[in-house]
Amino acid sequence: MHGLRAAKDKTARYLMLGIAIFAILFLLVIGLSLFFKALPIMREKNLWVLLTSSDWKPFKGDFGFLPFIISTLYVSLIAIFIALPFSILTSIYLNSYASKNVKRFFEPVVDLLSGIPPIIYGVWGTLTIVPLIANKIAPRFVEFSTGYTVLAGGVVLAVMIIPLLVSITLEVFRSIPKEMTDASLSMGATKWQTVKKVILRKSVSGIIAATVLALSRAFGETMAVLMVCGNIPQIPHSVFDACYPLPALIANNYGEMLSMPNYESALMFSAFLLFIIVVLFNGLSRFTLNQIERRYQF
Amino acid sequence: MKYLEEKIFKIIMICAAMLIFGVLVYIIATVFYRGLPALTLDMITKLPGGGFYLGKEGGVLNAIVGSIYIIIGSLIISILISVPLVMYINFYLPAKSVFASLIRFSLDILFGIPSIVYGAFGFALMIFLGVRASLLGGILAVAMLIMPIMMRSFDEITRLLSRDLPDALLSLGATKYEMVKVILKQLMPGLVTAILLAIGRGIGDAATVLFTAGYTDNIPASLNQPAATLPLSIFFQLGSPVEEVQNRAYASAIILTVIILILSFSARYFSSKFSKHKI
Repeated sequence: MHGLRAAKDKTARYLMLGIAIFAILFLLVIGLSLFFKALPIMREKNLWVLLTSSDWKPFKGDFGFLPFIISTLYVSLIAIFIALPFSILTSIYLNSYASKNVKRFFEPVVDLLSGIPPIIYGVWGTLTIVPLIANKIAPRFVEFSTGYTVLAGGVVLAVMIIPLLVSITLEVFRSIPKEMTDASLSMGATKWQTVKKVILRKSVSGIIAATVLALSRAFGETMAVLMVCGNIPQIPHSVFDACYPLPALIANNYGEMLSMPNYESALMFSAFLLFIIVVLFNGLSRFTLNQIERRYQF
Repeated sequence: MKYLEEKIFKIIMICAAMLIFGVLVYIIATVFYRGLPALTLDMITKLPGGGFYLGKEGGVLNAIVGSIYIIIGSLIISILISVPLVMYINFYLPAKSVFASLIRFSLDILFGIPSIVYGAFGFALMIFLGVRASLLGGILAVAMLIMPIMMRSFDEITRLLSRDLPDALLSLGATKYEMVKVILKQLMPGLVTAILLAIGRGIGDAATVLFTAGYTDNIPASLNQPAATLPLSIFFQLGSPVEEVQNRAYASAIILTVIILILSFSARYFSSKFSKHKI
């Protein structure tokens, strides 16, 4: 190969290699930056106190993250609890029972649901879910509720993670070799028995991985939850209490961040916490899903 | 007996699926129902007046243009980085390369990072670079957000490309770089799909631009000026005590939803167009 063409090829190659290395390191860069920004508050206060205390008084310098961590967990778990049955049932239906036309109809539906911006979900939540909880559901269980509750956050989040759950569980179901399901059907099992004993049993790890992924998405969702959860820094005692998940904390207080010492560092600490949890969950579940994909490919 | 259980569950499953469809319709219907009355031509064409958030006239042109500026800027950065990277993974590295799997794995994780973390990181980056909350800050943060989305989508489409064309090109004596240039023309519809998906995510996201783009009632005239975005505009209008302004928030929400719907359908159209022309 001669001169210019070879040179162009070589430069292109090195540039791309640079970008590739940067892409891998990018995760590290984000993590380290957040860590260094969070360092001041971690140095000042004991890490254990930060994570388990409930005192949130930024003006006095008390930064107890427990209410926020619990709120995040509570809301996300409720979301998963609501979303999982619907998603798995729909996936099973789309995989084993639905006709081609129904499948073609549902693809855009799931795509659209996942494409709707979170703020629209928040708008919908404030318009429909919050009053529903305040007026119809809560009075049966507690004395009073504004509607801006853990339950509202959970419902809105549930709808947001359903598309993710449906698409990943569908992929997991599809990765099961057709020979297995065919064998089961040829033995006289009904479709449903095949689903129960073959498909679901083989998909357990995939479904768990999908759940973990959806959970991490729920942890990080900011806008929609912010608008319906009540934003009160307390540990919610029931689903009808207001709560204050971590992302909402960061979003709500960014304006006052720079006004107080350590406030910015505290918020960066929340971002760092979120980052670590999400990276861990995503990493583990993606790894599992890749293994599943690899397992059935010859 | 075994058929009874199946029948019951089949009904339950259909109900579940219908419920999901119903919720989608319900969401879009709610937004349209509350917002349509307040959607006037003024909303799309005027900037917010002095007391816009308290009830006076104006529109959300600042947010529409701001969002468009930000997304165009982030797209440019994103395309410049994503396309070479995807080409590298697929054509320069060997098929079973560990490096490629590592890159794809990192991309998957980056894909799952919540937008608020990108916002916080963008903010830290801006402080480090000395950039204020501005159009530039918003562009940087949204670029980081949409890059994994674009790369993943484009990568999946590129993987589907049959190896005949690249092999033929190489056997004719083209360098890899020249081959990639030709391949890209084949992959154009796929790239367009990836771009549309990325736009869809980037334009609707509030948490990323919250710290980084600032907010203003004007259209930014330079990269250093703050920029308004549609999601934030909706958010702030909703926070107003005046009901008329809240209704306008729903109208702005319609604008955003319509944009997203157009993008979604275009992306589907392009991706189906792509699969028809495979060599």
